[in-house]
Amino acid sequence: MITGRVWKFGDNINTDLMIPNHVLHAPEEEQLKAVFSANRPGWVDEVQKGDILIAGHNFGMGSARAGARSLRNVGLACMVAESLNGLHLRNSVNYGFVALECEGVSTAFSEGDIAEISLEDFTIRNKTTGVTLKASPVPERLLTLMQNGGTFPLLEAEGYVSPVRPPKIGGGHK
Amino acid sequence: MGMTIIEKILASRSGQAKVSPGDVVVVDVDCQVLEDMSFFHFGRTGPRDILKVWDPSKVVVIYDHDVPAPSARTAAIQDAGREFIKEFAITRFHDIGRHGICHAVVADHAYALPGTVLVCGDSHTCSAGAFNCAARGVSGPDTLYAITTGKTWFRVGETIRYDLDGRLPAGVSMKDVFLHIAGTYGDHATQNVEFGGSGLPWLGMNARRTLTTMGAELSAEFATFEADDVLLDYIKERNPEPFEAQDPDPDATYRARRTIQLADIEPLVALPDAVIDNSVPVGQVAGVPIQQAYIGSCANGTLDDLKVAAEVVSGRQVAPGVRLIVTPATQLIYRQAIKAGYVEKLVDAGAVVTNATCGACYGGHMGVLGPGETCITASTRNFKGRMGDPTAQIYMASPATVAASALAGVIAHPGEFFRGDV
Repeated sequence: MITGRVWKFGDNINTDLMIPNHVLHAPEEEQLKAVFSANRPGWVDEVQKGDILIAGHNFGMGSARAGARSLRNVGLACMVAESLNGLHLRNSVNYGFVALECEGVSTAFSEGDIAEISLEDFTIRNKTTGVTLKASPVPERLLTLMQNGGTFPLLEAEGYVSPVRPPKIGGGHK
Repeated sequence: MGMTIIEKILASRSGQAKVSPGDVVVVDVDCQVLEDMSFFHFGRTGPRDILKVWDPSKVVVIYDHDVPAPSARTAAIQDAGREFIKEFAITRFHDIGRHGICHAVVADHAYALPGTVLVCGDSHTCSAGAFNCAARGVSGPDTLYAITTGKTWFRVGETIRYDLDGRLPAGVSMKDVFLHIAGTYGDHATQNVEFGGSGLPWLGMNARRTLTTMGAELSAEFATFEADDVLLDYIKERNPEPFEAQDPDPDATYRARRTIQLADIEPLVALPDAVIDNSVPVGQVAGVPIQQAYIGSCANGTLDDLKVAAEVVSGRQVAPGVRLIVTPATQLIYRQAIKAGYVEKLVDAGAVVTNATCGACYGGHMGVLGPGETCITASTRNFKGRMGDPTAQIYMASPATVAASALAGVIAHPGEFFRGDV
């Protein structure tokens, strides 16, 4: 069960709001400081570890930028939207961030409400108002990746990619 | 019940007789495209190395976002990419000089084949849906998964069928058709779009690619065209590999079927910050002063787009105080535009014709907007901050409308300037 305080966002929240251009090439630690800086300045300083983001339709529209990784990195426990952009869903799976779709969720919650989310039966409960909704079930394979660090641990275990190492910038021709 | 085009391709490539909306399928990937930004994720300058490549002959590497490198960091990343290409003996590599926006290079060489699966870590990969191909932008780790295992997964969505009937009026383009669809029907998140109809014989591959590329802006999962003679003839001249095109079954199930009468489409403009539910006729915003006009990107950097722009500005001058920046999508298109005289007409009018790159479309380089500036763009996206400062206003339109606006110094209807046939 995931329980946390709710932050509300609207429809069509795009990837460039999560990772603006000026941090596109920056390290993850820099990128997370810029999340929603254009549409909601200061939010990254207010969000607490374990909070939950609830949004409207087509969350994460836009590019392949790893917005889900930044949402995970700011400490969100998970997110629930009316609908997820397909590329945002992929990023959520790949970077180990739980993202669900649930019809009616954006009207069932106000900012600051407490949400209680079960990944066993996909119920979404508003503890503040008592309203309970049912999210679309996430296929087991994808949910497992969302809950266990995403795709990289899988690729590492199979010997397809190396573990993370500190980036070596430069180096030139060998 | 039968299947739509995308359902048939996904069934075929996942080895199943039938797939249906709601299924998650694991498919063989026929073509894996990497662009220069991929090397932020792996290689010498990235956080990890790829240790195995499933099949180097399925990989295409194309440099596009930061070319030529505008910084020491991007130069180092591109150099790391060259090392990766050498290590795994990847032969299809479009380095600087033979480069271009990856989706447009894929089209130049018909790397995307009907009935196949193509993935790339850039959202506008759906562009290759014009080739009757299941092409999708995926996330960075997905490209690593595909390159190392030869496979990826897709969630099968419901399909919206669009029948394109009739012919477009002069001065109206597929960008206007896109703005009509986005403005009338809104987003298509979790859904596929499929295009066919009696108007196909008059729609060349460039026009079709404008529409499929903008499928990403509809938030569609896939955007695919039917395979007809226009497509098959195009491929025949460029790629000898065998393929099996997929037609929709006559009894395919669609979420909705919609007909677009192309003759009824007029020039449209998307207002700043969004293209979904945000289109208005040009007349409603005519007269808005602009400082920059941009024509380029994987959606609007085709030879046809450059031709229209050249015809509109030919013998005229870009208005004082306005920058008209034109970016051919690939080096090949650039060469063709030089030979056809389009580049000369544009430059004579006061336009800047840049090297082929994603460049200004993503606010990367060569046309970044400053605070408070207004731009009208024929590219892919007008999100807040997309092309530079978040206080800049970005209007989205067709190349003809953008070129006309550059001459007028304010947003202007292309009919006032347009003389030729599209």
